[in-house]
Amino acid sequence: MSFDPYASSRETTEGRVYSVTGGDWDELSTEIGATKEERVVVNMGPQHPSTHGVLRLILELEGETVTEARCGIGYLHTGIEKNTEYRTWTQGVTYVTRMDYLAPIFNETAYCMSVEKLLGITDQIPERAQVIRVMMMELNRISSHMVCFGTGGLELGALTPIFFAFRDRETVLDIFEEVSGLRMNMAYIRPGGVAQDVPADAVSRIREACRDMRKSFKDNETLLVGNSIWMKRTKDVGYLDLAGCMTLGVTGPILRAAGMPWDLRKSQPYSGYENYNFDVITTDTSDAYGRFLVRLGELEQSLRIIEQCCDFLDKLNGAPVMVADKKIAWPAQLSVSADGMGNSLAHIREIMGESMEALIHHFKIVTEGFRVPAGQAYAAVESPRGETGVHTVSDGGTRPYRVHFREPSFNNLQSTAAMCEGGMIADVISAVASIDPVMGGVDR
Amino acid sequence: MFGVNGSGDTSGFGGLVRVGSSSGSSERPYGSYFDEIADDLERAYPEFNDAIEAVVVQNGELTLHVNREKLEDVARILRDNPKLQFEMCLGVSGVHYPDQTGRELHAVYPLLSMTHNRRLRLEVSVPDSDPHIPTLVEVWAGNNWHERETFDMFGIIFDGHAGLTRILMPDDWAGHPQRKDYPLGGIPVEFHGATVPAPSERRSYR
Repeated sequence: MSFDPYASSRETTEGRVYSVTGGDWDELSTEIGATKEERVVVNMGPQHPSTHGVLRLILELEGETVTEARCGIGYLHTGIEKNTEYRTWTQGVTYVTRMDYLAPIFNETAYCMSVEKLLGITDQIPERAQVIRVMMMELNRISSHMVCFGTGGLELGALTPIFFAFRDRETVLDIFEEVSGLRMNMAYIRPGGVAQDVPADAVSRIREACRDMRKSFKDNETLLVGNSIWMKRTKDVGYLDLAGCMTLGVTGPILRAAGMPWDLRKSQPYSGYENYNFDVITTDTSDAYGRFLVRLGELEQSLRIIEQCCDFLDKLNGAPVMVADKKIAWPAQLSVSADGMGNSLAHIREIMGESMEALIHHFKIVTEGFRVPAGQAYAAVESPRGETGVHTVSDGGTRPYRVHFREPSFNNLQSTAAMCEGGMIADVISAVASIDPVMGGVDR
Repeated sequence: MFGVNGSGDTSGFGGLVRVGSSSGSSERPYGSYFDEIADDLERAYPEFNDAIEAVVVQNGELTLHVNREKLEDVARILRDNPKLQFEMCLGVSGVHYPDQTGRELHAVYPLLSMTHNRRLRLEVSVPDSDPHIPTLVEVWAGNNWHERETFDMFGIIFDGHAGLTRILMPDDWAGHPQRKDYPLGGIPVEFHGATVPAPSERRSYR
């Protein structure tokens, strides 16, 4: 056989190995058809466009039926947990926000909640900061679910949903940019509160965005709900019932699509979620379509919460957004200007021109950081993918002794085998898309 | 690099008192629902005193320090007893304490009971020279990858795990990166005529 850079083959001890990176599949299938081998192992990814990121799937096939599905992960491992051990507690936020990069606010909030637990200041977080956290989390839930619909649709060959989804995601990212100065990886939630208050005109803009999004969500809804092609690709596909979810530790939309109304926002409220009216969306189909419906329903609930946040923010106008304890609170009120986020001019004027003590304080807390009493804590939030739990250990120093993330993507991806084995190879794509793993979170 | 020893804090500004992380058992009453959990487990498990090395309540959380020989028994009772019913295990987090001689490696299991809406933490400690802990995959299947990760990062060997291989690091990687003696930036960066210390060596404010 002549050398073909797009479809080469070689003999190994395991049998003949074919590399296909594009080009003509007919040639390959003819060649495989000529061999007597029934069992084919397909290595899909980690650079395959339909595996939802750098996920490698090792699929054992008999014809088109998957007999064994395994995941290869670790291609995006960047040692974030190790890195946090070499930076201050506040700097840790900048690292953890990069784990599940579609849900940065959730990583930050969970991390900050565990640090605050260690500091014993959970009750002292100002109400306005809590409201801002809730608002940012719910906005983030919308932007994250939008990627799930958009890329999930693309992977199944539906090219339209991503345009609607990314249009709405854009609205949310614009709000993030206005509030925090950044569209992703904001490091906006800080131990003790948030980095800066929301700009004066942001609340009315967010209200307006909510009204717009409520209308524009309808586009994807009318496109996909009840769409016969979409339903054929997702209904009864990727089945995982309640017992499977429980034993595999699966949480989030997958669990709620199995009929369990488990949502940490309701069952173990944090950041003041007990003050908001919203419903936990469930379906009982346990399949990819059910998970899609759960996520769709959650969009409306998030909008409801955001609107209530806006009302709270109006009431709490001018209230502090950082804990009162000056030995923990970040000294600078940051501000967003044309070139991004930075120290506010008023603060620079004070430390550089007026108060030597304020300068020393600023220098000490920014470079050395604050001390956190020794001990360990676990804090969890309901992220778009399930329970994001943070286990932090302190030895009493200014830097974390250990930060471990219980990532829902990492955990839920384990259910791939349970969802896919015995099904068709095309349904693997549906099932993985319905898990909605984010490889940044899986590999950390 | 700057010759900083200890905390480097000369102002006395960060004056928090250090509390040892494993300062023995907490005193009863533990508060909240913690007494109930301890009582129910003691009733359901006659070997409670052998199995549970310490009961620690800290930051509003209950931690049971479990003897590794009894870990699987304790886990099964916690999962199956209708009064306890911790049906979900949220993974394993390893912690390396090189100073705690004889119990350097810890494995921490956060448990969740959806039935009773309660949380609990199990902690198992083993010596570095004998880093074996029985696997809990039989009890909570979802622990599979978490135990592989803890093995990968800390070198804790989970006995009975069906496929305890590296999961995040490459298969042929040497060492366990999350251990405290493993430097950050373990691969030295070199420039012509100069060396750059690994990030962990550069400066210290601790």
